[in-house]
Amino acid sequence: MSLLPRLLAGVDEVSNGDLRSHLEAAAALPELGRWAPDRLIEEIERSGLRGRGGAAFPVARKMRAVAARRGPTVLVGNGTEGEPASGKDRLLLTELPHLVLDGAAVAARAVGADTAIIAFAETDEVIARSLRRAVDERRRSRPGEEPRYELRAVDGGFVSGQESALVNSLSGGEPKPAFRARPFECGVRRRPTLVQNVETLAHLALIVRHGASWYRQAGTAADPGSTLVTLSGAVASLGVFEIEHGAPLADLLASAGQTEKLAAVLIGGYFGSWLPARAIPQLRLSPTQLAEHGVGLGAGAIVALGRSVCPVAEISRVAEYFAAESAGQCGPCVNGLAAIAATMRQIASGTAPPAARPNLERWSNSLAGRGACQFPDGATRFVASALRVFADDFEDHLRHGPCQDCSAPAVLPVPLAMA
Amino acid sequence: MCAELLPERVTLDEWGYPILDGSPLPPELVAHARHAADACPTLALLLEREDR
Repeated sequence: MSLLPRLLAGVDEVSNGDLRSHLEAAAALPELGRWAPDRLIEEIERSGLRGRGGAAFPVARKMRAVAARRGPTVLVGNGTEGEPASGKDRLLLTELPHLVLDGAAVAARAVGADTAIIAFAETDEVIARSLRRAVDERRRSRPGEEPRYELRAVDGGFVSGQESALVNSLSGGEPKPAFRARPFECGVRRRPTLVQNVETLAHLALIVRHGASWYRQAGTAADPGSTLVTLSGAVASLGVFEIEHGAPLADLLASAGQTEKLAAVLIGGYFGSWLPARAIPQLRLSPTQLAEHGVGLGAGAIVALGRSVCPVAEISRVAEYFAAESAGQCGPCVNGLAAIAATMRQIASGTAPPAARPNLERWSNSLAGRGACQFPDGATRFVASALRVFADDFEDHLRHGPCQDCSAPAVLPVPLAMA
Repeated sequence: MCAELLPERVTLDEWGYPILDGSPLPPELVAHARHAADACPTLALLLEREDR
C-alpha cells in the first residue's frame, strides 16, 4: 500500500481549496489548546522534521530557540518562493491554504506567537485571493482559536525570500539580507521570530494529526517523511510531485514521462548543482543520499535538460539573472556575478578572450563566504557545476561561437525584472 | 585599508575587496587584526576568539 499522497491528498479534481474540502481530506485540526508548547515541540523533534525552504534546518531546534526568548513572538510562513524553477509553495497556497494555515497555527502555538504572518510574492494575485478567502472562512468557523493572521505581499525576488531579507522586508525595510542576523532573537518588529517555509507548516499540520511515528513511516531513517519536488524540462508532466525522501530520481522521471534523451539534470534549482545524465540511475532524492554525490535537494526544484537544448545559452541566461538579482550590498557578489555574466555572454557569442575559462573558474571559486548571505555561494556553485558538466559545450562555443540550438526556446525559467 | 593594515592575512581581489585568510592568528598579529577590523568603514570584518 502506498504511503502517498500525504500533503497532496487534498488536491484532486473536485477540491477547490475551501475549508469543507480541507476537512474532508485532512479531518479536523486537533484542539491546540490541549497541547502544551513543550509537548508539541517534543513531538515535532521526534518526527525529525526539517525545514523545506532549502536549508533543511531541524524545525524543533529552531522552535526551541524562539520559544526560549522572553516577550511576544512572531511566526512567519515563508511562501515567497523566489526560486524560479520551484512551484510547490504556490501549489500549497493556492490549492491547500488551510493545510498551511493549520500548520501556522501549530507553529504559533509551539513558540507562543499570537501573530502568524504569511508572506507571498506581491505579484501573485491568485495566492492573495486564496489566502484571503481561507482566513475569512476560518475566522467565521473557528473564532478565537487561531493566531491573528497577517497576509503580507512582499518583493518576490530571488534573494528577498532569504530569512533575514524577509524579516527586514516585513519590518518595513529593504528586502535585503542582513549580516549576522539572528531572527530568533530579534526579527519582525524586533520580536523573536520563527520563520518556516509554507511546506514545512503543511507537514506540521499533518504531524499534529497523525503523530511523529506516522511521519517517520515514510522516507528513510536519516531523512524521514515525504517532500514536494518541482520537476520541469524534458518531461511530459511538468509540475509538483510528492515523493518519499529517498525515492529514485529515475522513477520520478519515468512517471513524469521523459520526452527526450537527457544531457544533464539540475538538482536543487538555481541554488543547486548540475549532474550529468549518466549519474541519474544512482540518484535517490534525500538530502543525505544526494550529499554522497556532492549535491543538495534544496527546495526540491529539479530540471531535466534534454540533449536538444544548448546548455551554454541556458546557463548564460541564468548567469545574467543572478547578476541582476544581487542585493547589491557586497562588493564580491555585485562585481563577481556581473563579471561571470559578461564572460558567459562572450562565450555564448564566440567573442570570449582566451582568459575567459580560467577567469570563470577563478571567480566561481572566490566569491563564496564573502557576502552577507549565501547568494554568491549558490550562484557560483551553480556556475561551477555547469562548467564541469558542460565543459565540452563551453569549449565548443568558445572556439566556434553560437550553435544551432542557441536560439531555441528557453528551458530554464528566468523571470523578467520589474523596471 | 585592511590589506594595508594586515597584509599577512588580507589580499585584495581585482575589485579592491578583501580576500581573507581565515587561519588562526599568531599572538603578534592580533593587535594588528583588531586595528584592521576597527578601521573597516562598513564593519565587514570580524575578529573571532577560538576556544581551545
